[in-house]
Amino acid sequence: MGQITLQSVHKSFGPLNIIKDANLDIEDGSFVVFVGPSGCGKTTLLRLIAGLEDVTSGQILIDGRNVVNVPPAKRGLSMVFQSYALYPHMSVRGNIAFGLKMAGMPRPEIDRKVEAAAATLNLTSYLDRKPRELSGGQRQRVAIGRAIVREPKAFLFDEPLSNLDAALRVQMRMEVTRLQKQLATTAIYVTHDQVEAMTMADRIVVLNAGRVEQYGTPLELYDRPVNLFVAGFIGSPKMNFVSGLPASLHGAATIGIRPEHLRVVGDGEGWPGRVSVAEHLGSDTFLYVDAAELGLLTVRGLGEVHLKGGDRVWLSPDPARLHRFDKEGVAIRP
Amino acid sequence: MARRVSPTRIVVSTVAAWACGLLIFFPILWMVLASFKTELEAFAIPPSFLFFEWTTENYITVQTRSDYFHHAMNSIVIAGGSTIIAALIAVPAAWSMAFAPTRRTKDILLWMLSTKMMPAVGVLVPIYLIFKNLDLLDTRVGLVAILCLGNLPIVVWMLFTYFKEIPRDILEAARMDGATVERELIYVLTPMAIPGIASTLLLNLILAWNEAFWTLNLSTSQAAPLTVFIASYSSPEGLFWAKLSAASTMAIAPILVLGWFSQRQLVRGLTFGAVK
Repeated sequence: MGQITLQSVHKSFGPLNIIKDANLDIEDGSFVVFVGPSGCGKTTLLRLIAGLEDVTSGQILIDGRNVVNVPPAKRGLSMVFQSYALYPHMSVRGNIAFGLKMAGMPRPEIDRKVEAAAATLNLTSYLDRKPRELSGGQRQRVAIGRAIVREPKAFLFDEPLSNLDAALRVQMRMEVTRLQKQLATTAIYVTHDQVEAMTMADRIVVLNAGRVEQYGTPLELYDRPVNLFVAGFIGSPKMNFVSGLPASLHGAATIGIRPEHLRVVGDGEGWPGRVSVAEHLGSDTFLYVDAAELGLLTVRGLGEVHLKGGDRVWLSPDPARLHRFDKEGVAIRP
Repeated sequence: MARRVSPTRIVVSTVAAWACGLLIFFPILWMVLASFKTELEAFAIPPSFLFFEWTTENYITVQTRSDYFHHAMNSIVIAGGSTIIAALIAVPAAWSMAFAPTRRTKDILLWMLSTKMMPAVGVLVPIYLIFKNLDLLDTRVGLVAILCLGNLPIVVWMLFTYFKEIPRDILEAARMDGATVERELIYVLTPMAIPGIASTLLLNLILAWNEAFWTLNLSTSQAAPLTVFIASYSSPEGLFWAKLSAASTMAIAPILVLGWFSQRQLVRGLTFGAVK
């Protein structure tokens, strides 16, 4: 079991409020990603759950039991750090076995579990090496091995892939997701990369300035963002925001249009603009259109769009896929 | 691309390096040479460098006149004892300052260091009186205590800087893995900090071995270490260069040998963290 509940969790460092009233329900076996810009408090929130920081007020329940006064080791969670945090003086075997050794498990059982974890992560032939003799990806696997061998109630990942190169990151992303599904263990994953969040998560928590802005499935967040912040943060390229007259025509202070919901239409039919840059990616074409007082708009078109920088275009949003926001930036629902 | 170094440059820098090395080593060499001369030759002008009558007479005289081993034993006890006690106090102190700092930790560290900026002679009289009242004059216990206290700021500071280099994440990982504070210290922190701890203690040992101000002022015979043994040859009946040199050679020999064997460790420890 690994159900985690946060009830009005606050955290402040001196006069600085880092986490403001966080309430979350994380279901057993789900993969939840905390995402947000740097400094939004996502790592702090993870560390509060881990017990590496003390909450200022509020409750953290793991399987219904309040753990705010329980030391990290007794919470039954395991953590993978951004820096891997392997013990440099121990072999891979020693690193993976450390937690079990601390728990006082008998030697043969430790050996069996370490071998099993190593086999799952393709580390068997590296068991007697020291961390410094491993590549970045292998170190990452050791860190994950150290986490899974303890059979925790939940895994906590603190930006574990940010030190890997792009190709390896994509591969490890899939491996982590696959492993989590296979073990069916709750996972909380912190990242600033919204692509990672969208691809890995069952549910995403968007954090901003210590506040939970929205909690939902990736598609909920994409299709029905609750406010301007979430709308702008989720999705790549970013959502276009238009205010002023075009927005008031739709009864809103600001309207948001995803780049794929902005179409190039016939001359004189929509908003006029001039293509400033056209990026042809083969499958897609991104047009960055300078639309006078509306600002710079991003359009995502098919690969066959043959427009280039300097071309004059007319753009029209798909009225059914418009996002409307009021003066406070809160989404207006029909 | 590797930088090309011209042969002349290599020759010049080699010669310069040797010159510097010899310049630093010369006083020690001269002392060793003088210890094998007769008293007459020892202060002869012009001095003879290698071509004199070599004699071990000075060493024999020194050993018969004053008991070298008695003083050497005192040096070992005082330097070793003060180092061990300093380690027992400094490791936990540096650990807590590095990993559980409070708002005042920086001030405390600076204050500790500031005590080293005060000239020792400034507190000689009060310390002497305290020692006298506590019957600590000329006792090993007294000297261990004063040297230990005198070097503690440096030991704590050095260990603090080494511990600071250890990534916090690793200690937190150990905590997540279920290690208690003691186990974290034993299984994770200490093995990682061994180079730093070893070189700190080595340095403390050398400093304590060579310390002369307090040992000369607070001991006379019973607890007198090798520094007092050397000094005894520069007084009452005038200077005896050859015997003084012999005594000095005997006094520095043990620590020189120790330093020689541990120089790698010492240099590694002193530059720890500077080169990654």
